[in-house]
Amino acid sequence: MYVMVALVMLMRGFIDAAMMRSQQAIAYNNEGYLPPGHFDQIFSSHGTIMIFFMAMPFLSGLINLIMPQQIGSRDVAFPFMNSISLWLTTAGAGLVLISLVIGKFSTAGWTGYPPYSGSQYTPGVGVDYWLWAVLISGIGSTMSGINFLVTIVKCRAPGMTMFRLPLFTWTVFVTSILMIFAFPALTVACGALMLDRTLGFHFFTNEAGGNMMNYINLFWLWGHPEVYILILPAFGVFSEVVAVFSQKRLFGYISLVLATMAIGILSFTVWLHRFFTMGSSARVNSFFGTMTTIIAVPTGVKVFDWLLTMYRGRIIFKPPMLYTLGFLVTFVIGGLSGVLLALPPIDYLMHNTTFLIAHFHNMIIPGVLFGYLAGYMFWFPKAFGFKLNEWWGAASFWCWIIGFYLAFMPLYVLGLLGMPRRMEHYEIAAWQPHLIVAAIGAFIIFLGIVCLGVQLAVSIRDRNKALDLTGDPWNGRSLEWATSSPAAPYNFAVVPQVQSIDAWWDMKARGVAYQRPAEYEDIAIPKNTFIGAVIGGAGFVFGFAMVWYIWWLAILCLAVIFVAIVIRASDDDTDYVMPASEVKKIEDARFAQLAKAPKNEMADDPGFAGQPMPEPST
Amino acid sequence: MTAAADAMTVTPQDAQKYEEKEFGFWLYLMSDAIIFACLFATYLVMVGNAAGGPTGKDVFSLERAAAETALLLFSSTTFGVAAVALSQADRPKVLLWLAVTFALGAGFIVLEFGEFAGMIAEGAGPDRSGFLSAFFTLVGTHGLHVSVGLLWILVMMGQVLFKGLTAPVASRVMRLGLFWHFLDIIWVVIFSVVYLPGLL
Repeated sequence: MYVMVALVMLMRGFIDAAMMRSQQAIAYNNEGYLPPGHFDQIFSSHGTIMIFFMAMPFLSGLINLIMPQQIGSRDVAFPFMNSISLWLTTAGAGLVLISLVIGKFSTAGWTGYPPYSGSQYTPGVGVDYWLWAVLISGIGSTMSGINFLVTIVKCRAPGMTMFRLPLFTWTVFVTSILMIFAFPALTVACGALMLDRTLGFHFFTNEAGGNMMNYINLFWLWGHPEVYILILPAFGVFSEVVAVFSQKRLFGYISLVLATMAIGILSFTVWLHRFFTMGSSARVNSFFGTMTTIIAVPTGVKVFDWLLTMYRGRIIFKPPMLYTLGFLVTFVIGGLSGVLLALPPIDYLMHNTTFLIAHFHNMIIPGVLFGYLAGYMFWFPKAFGFKLNEWWGAASFWCWIIGFYLAFMPLYVLGLLGMPRRMEHYEIAAWQPHLIVAAIGAFIIFLGIVCLGVQLAVSIRDRNKALDLTGDPWNGRSLEWATSSPAAPYNFAVVPQVQSIDAWWDMKARGVAYQRPAEYEDIAIPKNTFIGAVIGGAGFVFGFAMVWYIWWLAILCLAVIFVAIVIRASDDDTDYVMPASEVKKIEDARFAQLAKAPKNEMADDPGFAGQPMPEPST
Repeated sequence: MTAAADAMTVTPQDAQKYEEKEFGFWLYLMSDAIIFACLFATYLVMVGNAAGGPTGKDVFSLERAAAETALLLFSSTTFGVAAVALSQADRPKVLLWLAVTFALGAGFIVLEFGEFAGMIAEGAGPDRSGFLSAFFTLVGTHGLHVSVGLLWILVMMGQVLFKGLTAPVASRVMRLGLFWHFLDIIWVVIFSVVYLPGLL
């Protein structure tokens, strides 16, 4: 469900991007087709949607689906809280969408800097929509972080020590810590701005002792860790994909784990590089400049680990692997431009130009989006029981990567030519050719999105030809491939005993995979409940009421949320027990299916390197 | 062992579940602590920005702050007594001490409300200056937490009354205790960072 929200919002966010690109392509010496106010709303909603309502839900969706299975758990620690998180995120997305129809959206960019976003310069409901959407979904994200972290720490299968966790789970672990400790800063920044706007406080105003720089500090105290919240799980996906499709154990497991931890810690020490030009002293700037360069080191370690995993592997070029390769090449370019920007003197030149835009899209599209798309194609069979069409997957990859280079490389040049970001029209003829190329690139990316849609449609139409009978379509290495596809409600009928890294590969090599237990046990499963949806719905209406200052409705919503929580908190009987006989029925059906399936679905592939063998111990 | 104590015995699976919940709650508290840390930092940045309006010396009262502190610290003690009674499975005592805790906490909120109302009436409301915005937000956020804590105490008293001291109820009371003591610690920091330097 998270991923569905994310894909819908990806479309919306992309349409915004396409409108911006086409506007800039034609707006040389004229007004183009968009009035300035509308253009401002578009770049604000593009940023907000892509970060908060595309990337975050996509991330949570993948984690929810895969992480519990990877650690051999039957569910996340708090399934009910999970549903609240989902519905609160949906409520925030709903607020952004409804602003299209009722009122208008923010014009203050996705970061909402005051004093422009204060009520003095921007009256009206636009910024309020942005604030409440961000606040409500931010609460949901904090809860997700707590939920994932408790799951990883407390719910691992016996034998699954921390240093046997698959790398994706490790990245989720660090990401959850970042979510728990970074999102409060966003809550404070947006809460204070909300008080400024709604009740006339003076946190960030020009007069009466406000201090707008404080907002920017608080916002980026969250904002920079957020970059790593998004990208670390993508690194986790790449780590899984690269090992599976190179048919080789991941190179440098410990160093990857340590690099992930190092990035997590360093991410809290770099936020000031977002505003070197704010006027801090040279000493402060050089500290943050240095930290920012240092953070490139663990990232470099990771890139080398992935390269060395592929070295002497038998690589199979399935779509997830294509995305991973595209990521590796492109990401290094983005990383190098990032190191340039990390130097304060250069930043003074490049500040707020399209060079910056090119840089962070160069990180986010290959780093985050390619990672999530690779994860989507990699784990799709696990979620739905059939594989995605590979031809269309490869086509989407090529459109994305070619479109990406065409769309963003010109922006580096434009940045060096001095073009500021967020221009709605301009008077310099030299810029236009580059902008036209960029618009063509955006169109090719659009074809990439179309390919994704076609891929999904074709795959659903032909699903019976690509059924995943074994639950292990790629000859996988970690425990999520031990379950059936789609997994039973309890994931594992018998909780697996883990003896090694790459637990599932190890079980296959030792010949203990797919073993039928002598008898099954009763399994407790959380009951369905609509209370999470009620809380999310009330949260949505609450946000709407606060945007329009409808106080009675806001109070009513809070009362509804309170009552819902009390009802839930008084219910001691939230699970139902699935009897062993029913578990046996489900498992028998699975073993009947397994008997029909080939022993190894990858065995027909020309690149297949052989059945799992015990690895030499390291 | 009394019958009530029997109701509190838990299976290993349930014990695991309560442990997960407690750990999760600790994480939430840490996250909340970051919120307060940001608010404290904001306050310290803005404490000098009185914009010609009243400063801490003009609006704070040591007596009132001391009384608020006393009420809250005592409420923490009485909650501790309630927790001891819980471990002895003594239902009337749990109810009694929760009620006392509630009364002390409510007294704190009444005092704080009076303080805020008085300041706003004197024209020293949060919209007067950056300093006052930061003050009201920091102290008000704490007050809001205490109010939620009070509601939670009421709900738990209801559960103890109607459900008895079952294992799930007991684990909730223990988490409520964590929350309540956490607020106490925050208040000690508020007293030392906001009121004392403001007055001395």
